[in-house]
Amino acid sequence: MKNRLIVSVSPHLHKDASVSKIMWMVVVSLIPAGVAGMFIFGVGALWVILLGVVSALITEWIVQLFAKRRVSVLDGSAFLTGLLLAYNLPPRVPFWLPIVGSVFAIAIGKQVFGGLGQNIFNPALAGRVFLMASWPKYMTTFTKPQNFDAITSATPLAALKEGKVLEGISNWNLFLGIRGGCIGEVCIFALLLGALFLFVRGYISWHIPVTYTVVVGLFTYIFGPRGLFSGDWLFHILSGGLILGAFFMATDYVTSPLTRCGQIIFGIGCGLLTAIIRLWGGYPEGVSYAILMMNAATPIIDRYTKSRIYGTR
Amino acid sequence: MVRLEEHKTETENKAIEKIPLPSRVYIPLSQHLGKICKPQVKIGDYVFTGQRIGSAQANVYAPVHASISGKITSIQDWPHPVLGRGKSIVIENDGQDKSQIPNPKSQIEIDNLTAEQIRNIVLEAGIVGMGGASFPTHIKLNPPKAVDTLLINGAECEPYLTGDYRLMIEKTEELLRGIELVARCLGIKQVYIAIEDNKPQAIKAFMVSGLAGQRVSGLTRTPVNPQTGTPLKVIVLRSQYPQGGEKQLIKNILNKEVPQGKLPFDIGVVVHNVATVFAVYEAVYLNKPLYERVVTVAGSCISNPKSLLARIGTPIKDLIDFCGPLKEELAKIIIGGPMMGIAQFSDKVPVIKSTTGILLFNKKEAIFNEELPCIRCGACVRECPVFLMPSLISLASQKGLWPQAKIYNASDCIECGLCSYVCPANIRLVQHIKRAKIEVVK
Repeated sequence: MKNRLIVSVSPHLHKDASVSKIMWMVVVSLIPAGVAGMFIFGVGALWVILLGVVSALITEWIVQLFAKRRVSVLDGSAFLTGLLLAYNLPPRVPFWLPIVGSVFAIAIGKQVFGGLGQNIFNPALAGRVFLMASWPKYMTTFTKPQNFDAITSATPLAALKEGKVLEGISNWNLFLGIRGGCIGEVCIFALLLGALFLFVRGYISWHIPVTYTVVVGLFTYIFGPRGLFSGDWLFHILSGGLILGAFFMATDYVTSPLTRCGQIIFGIGCGLLTAIIRLWGGYPEGVSYAILMMNAATPIIDRYTKSRIYGTR
Repeated sequence: MVRLEEHKTETENKAIEKIPLPSRVYIPLSQHLGKICKPQVKIGDYVFTGQRIGSAQANVYAPVHASISGKITSIQDWPHPVLGRGKSIVIENDGQDKSQIPNPKSQIEIDNLTAEQIRNIVLEAGIVGMGGASFPTHIKLNPPKAVDTLLINGAECEPYLTGDYRLMIEKTEELLRGIELVARCLGIKQVYIAIEDNKPQAIKAFMVSGLAGQRVSGLTRTPVNPQTGTPLKVIVLRSQYPQGGEKQLIKNILNKEVPQGKLPFDIGVVVHNVATVFAVYEAVYLNKPLYERVVTVAGSCISNPKSLLARIGTPIKDLIDFCGPLKEELAKIIIGGPMMGIAQFSDKVPVIKSTTGILLFNKKEAIFNEELPCIRCGACVRECPVFLMPSLISLASQKGLWPQAKIYNASDCIECGLCSYVCPANIRLVQHIKRAKIEVVK
């Protein structure tokens, strides 16, 4: 017999799972929210998404080429980052804004740290925050839904910050996404549909998103505008980028804790920070900063939530 | 723990077949944990089947026996399924299968055996843990502390393997007798037979059969020995890997954990594999030393997968040919199960006491995809049966940070392979952790 046997360390079986499959599944789960955004804000939203995604892919390719890393443009991770960044932009931004955001997200947010799996911060959020700090005007100019003449409108949360309440926006409108906001964050229904898919397929667990949402709801209810226990918690859950953030960004494997216990702490931290920023901070919206701050805390959470070894009870 | 794809249907309903005696056997002098045996025969000697041919002066060892009758032709280095190479005694078959094994003992003789006598028979028969660990059984029959619970491990959680399943179906009575002997030897108060729910026929076999013809149908409780009345209970477990691991079995059945760094007897428990118990039965009742065992031959390359009764020392090529022909180009030979088994570099290696199976994988099954960076999905952390954080140990190991690996308890790893199995980035976690285990000890 020709001796051509493969010799390797056990195990000799492998589950049908791969990094790129996970990434593409998350992309699939985000499709409903994107489609909803297009219906709500018009075709312009589609262009923002395309620009964000394509420039993310190109940036990934160029950086990997120059850094002489393994080129893995099609593993879905850069696509996902570009997509999430675009979802976090207002529908009518200048064409270069998603491009700059994606380049920053991939090059600085991800590749500088060593590429996939090495980054400390969620790359899409890093990109968004960079844009927010550099061009706040574009980043906070929102258009009215289903109005293709680009009449600007405040988001419900921004209005609240100024002490106003937007007329004619019911919770039902918020749930369906008929309000001003970023492309991918407005339609809660579509987002939950995608999240449900991820839950059922086992790609995300309840630990981060549910604790996150519950803590925001609880906190905003307790510290309401007319004294304790008077807050409109449902409004806070349904508006802004909370659902997009909690289910699709805070759950990013790379930048969240490893153990279930750590993930619950992470979720609580995100919830508290979001609520505090929304209620008492300078910004109307707190999701991006809350998640980024908890990303920074992830290594220390991991250190203090090591799993209990068998036989040490 | 994870429910794996079982791949057991190809062999689980086929009766154990005896493979014809090989023309030559290669009997390694080390088939157990502990001291390597010294040959007790010379080249040119004639040996009988079952004759002791290797032994050692030590506490932890198990003697080896001739598995066929014939002439010793050489004592030399030979490929070994676990050690790579090892000194082996080669016997040329004379085709007679002559033995000097005394006639089976009478029931009265057996009933009068003391614990000490049973232990001695087990030692003389060279019995080791046959689930793969190959720890000498007589030592496990003599724990330094009193034990009261005996677990019989019929979980057989590795995919493809069905040898234990077939034994439980075909040799139920014999196993019950073997269990009684072990229980008597250890002074056991409660026996559990652990079987996974993917082995319905084995569960049924134990439920309806009592000792020595007394049938107790449909009951889970039946005394293992009518005289001592030690209760025996069949435990049906949900199939999951690695449930057959000693410590995992104890946790899942008794809801107790073996303290870190301790052994099961420290909490009054002893676990024996069904194949080992069967060997104990044969040694005590039939005076038969351990010179043959059941081996499952399976995998996509083989056209007639089945479980075989093979003599120790038979080259695996004989077993492969017996189940052949090969359907596809062979890419990998694994001895043991697919999760913890060892890939072989040669088909000359012999069957040894701990060989549970021989798996023949084609190219597609043998290829392992490129290792990608860890995305911290945490699958390994969630599934680890000893609750380690494999991804972090592996990371420390790849960077040579041994103190870090120690902090993450690398040495507690049981090398079950589940972390590598579930990893979406194809990281060879077990490989990295094994490396760390060696370095941490240094």
